Amino acid sequence: MMNTIQLKIDNKELEVPKGTTILDAAKRNGIHIPTLCHMKLHDMNIENKPGGCRVCVVDVKGRRNLAPACVTEAENGMEIDTHSMRVINARRTLTELIISDHPFECLTCAKSGNCELQQLAHDMGIREIHFEGDKSTYRKDTSPAIIRDPDKCIMCRRCEMMCNKIQTVGVLSAINRGFMAVVSPPFEENLDHSVCTYCGQCVAVCPTGALTEVDHTPAVIRALSDPTKTVIVQTAPAVRAALGEEFGLEPGTLVTGKMAAALRRLGFHFVFDTDFAADLTIMEEGTELLDRLQRHLNGDQTVKLPILTSCCPAWVKFFEHQFPTMIDIPSSAKSPQQMFGAIAKTYFAQKQNINRNDLVVVSIMPCLAKKYECSREEFSHDGNPDVDFALSTRELAALIKLANIDFHALPDEDFDHPLGESTGAGVIFGTTGGVIEAAVRTAYELQTGKTLQRINFEELRGMEGIRDATIDFDGLPIRIGIAHGLGNARQLLEDIKSGKSHYHAIEIMSCPGGCIGGGGQPYHHSNSEILKARQKALYSEDEAKTLRKSHENPYIIKLYEEFLGKPMSHKAHQLLHTGYFDRSTTFVEED
Amino acid sequence: MPKIKLSEYATTTIKEVCASFNHNEGELINVLHQVQHKLGYLPAEVQELVAIELNIPVAKVYGVVTFYSFFTMLPQGENPISVCMGTACYVRGAEQVLDEFRRQLKIDVGETSADGKFSLNALRCVGACGLAPVVMVGDRVHGRVSPSDVKKILAECKDGCLTHN
Repeated sequence: MMNTIQLKIDNKELEVPKGTTILDAAKRNGIHIPTLCHMKLHDMNIENKPGGCRVCVVDVKGRRNLAPACVTEAENGMEIDTHSMRVINARRTLTELIISDHPFECLTCAKSGNCELQQLAHDMGIREIHFEGDKSTYRKDTSPAIIRDPDKCIMCRRCEMMCNKIQTVGVLSAINRGFMAVVSPPFEENLDHSVCTYCGQCVAVCPTGALTEVDHTPAVIRALSDPTKTVIVQTAPAVRAALGEEFGLEPGTLVTGKMAAALRRLGFHFVFDTDFAADLTIMEEGTELLDRLQRHLNGDQTVKLPILTSCCPAWVKFFEHQFPTMIDIPSSAKSPQQMFGAIAKTYFAQKQNINRNDLVVVSIMPCLAKKYECSREEFSHDGNPDVDFALSTRELAALIKLANIDFHALPDEDFDHPLGESTGAGVIFGTTGGVIEAAVRTAYELQTGKTLQRINFEELRGMEGIRDATIDFDGLPIRIGIAHGLGNARQLLEDIKSGKSHYHAIEIMSCPGGCIGGGGQPYHHSNSEILKARQKALYSEDEAKTLRKSHENPYIIKLYEEFLGKPMSHKAHQLLHTGYFDRSTTFVEED
Repeated sequence: MPKIKLSEYATTTIKEVCASFNHNEGELINVLHQVQHKLGYLPAEVQELVAIELNIPVAKVYGVVTFYSFFTMLPQGENPISVCMGTACYVRGAEQVLDEFRRQLKIDVGETSADGKFSLNALRCVGACGLAPVVMVGDRVHGRVSPSDVKKILAECKDGCLTHN
């Protein structure tokens, strides 16, 4: 065949498509060449191959120099040795050289056990570093969500690729040269002075401990051991589809029941679900969509369409920095995390007769931006935040291990009432396409007064970066756009700005795959199959639910009856809606 | 975000230079070259405007500015002194020449004297290896410089020598 080539790797005869790299050719055939800087999420258009670390070098017969497998195309007739003495020596020397400029902090490093450099040193059998000399040192940088420890940066530049190419945020760039080269925000300023959205995708791909999350676990442990506090917890939808990975379970294993049980054993007084707040979000956001739509159809020129979802705090910060003229387009509905906090510290606190200052709200999130979100000033009341602490999925796993809980032996338990009841619509919030599908299920029935014949909207699902679909609202075509990854979001926004696109509603999630691929999830180590398995798990939990439409959640109905009145009421506005801020660089020209 | 403060001259210059390269981000190095030539140096505010004009992240501009030793974020002296530390100059004693400049000017590499008259830099090969070691003052090239020539070179500078000896 013309489009395939034949080659030999480690004496194995192989046939691969033309254009395949040596690395991929080997991988397809069960030969695992070690890599460090290289990273690829298959089918998601995410690849980093600067060819810089040289750890993947192989011996190509007839070539004078060793070839980096990640950037060298396989050619017809090539004979490759991936583990000759020369290759092993070179690989070990390279690894030792990288380690020689790396802090020896493995025992105390936040990334220990998940570090790809540590793994490489282990796999190479490195027992001694033969190179002694200076180590490059830099200032540590702590922001509300992400910690940068550039001493541990190995210049793989994966974070730079995610920040610039995939997210188009443009905060991180390689600076300086040679020994002092490092990845940094502009002018070596702190992240919190930059346009960083705290999406955490840099953390998700960092092979070492150079980029990690701010650890909220000590504060949560402190709260749990304070007898004067009532500590409640909410868990985001994407967490249940990934937490099991931290305990060796197959990706895509749903651990909803075990997670609730573990949280109860950790000492949380009430175990609630962010999915409840997701249902609440749909009530508010769906009503807002219908309101804007109705006014638009009535010829109101001032109404802003499309409505953009506002559940994702990284996305919110992104448009505040990058599209300040469009801050009135997104829905004013708070994110589920913040809606939960607002309801917990009013409605629930009153029911329990607890002062809000004695109620601690902890959230378990697949996300790092949620740490930043709960610290935003507008989400607190007299200095007391609606959500006190946001733990990542990884931090929850660490807490469970710290508390000597045998996760596998836990029974399946339910969430508590009233803030733990949810529908299938709330569950799918964790994946790209899920928020808008949940909104469509409710908006359709509210708008048409009819019952949906089919609940699954396959046309809104998938992993394509930008998707669109038209949903028939009983004769009224509703055009829907979906983007995940901030680069894709930027493209959609540019299209709206230039008048090229005409959607009624757009869902945006910052992380590739949505929250299932969030910066706080168990590390995917460049395996996109893991993200797909998590997505599948969420849809299967939705399928298994009796109630699958947010407006059918009995506790949501009760919440409106007892407390809020109706969606977008004055009280709902006070508690469940917010505003956005222009965070663009003000450009002042002066003489 | 910090407010950007730039003179009208600087703003116009940057915009003109960027326009002359059709705001092409691939011309970033050339843009920075010309802007530095016209404004003397590339402080943060200048880089911010270049980034806006070329529609690229300022992080990338800063990355390039810090990568090439030619670019500077500090104002240069009236007499910018550059000592070549390329291989040929280095083996013929450029380091001793550089040390002598440091001693006489009482400034370090990358710094500018307090009165703004002199700045001192080390650079890589200027392509005049036959004249090694080479020192440039502004556009003027001094060849086969020895440490004992430093005093004379400084004295030749229009505004005289700072060391007063």
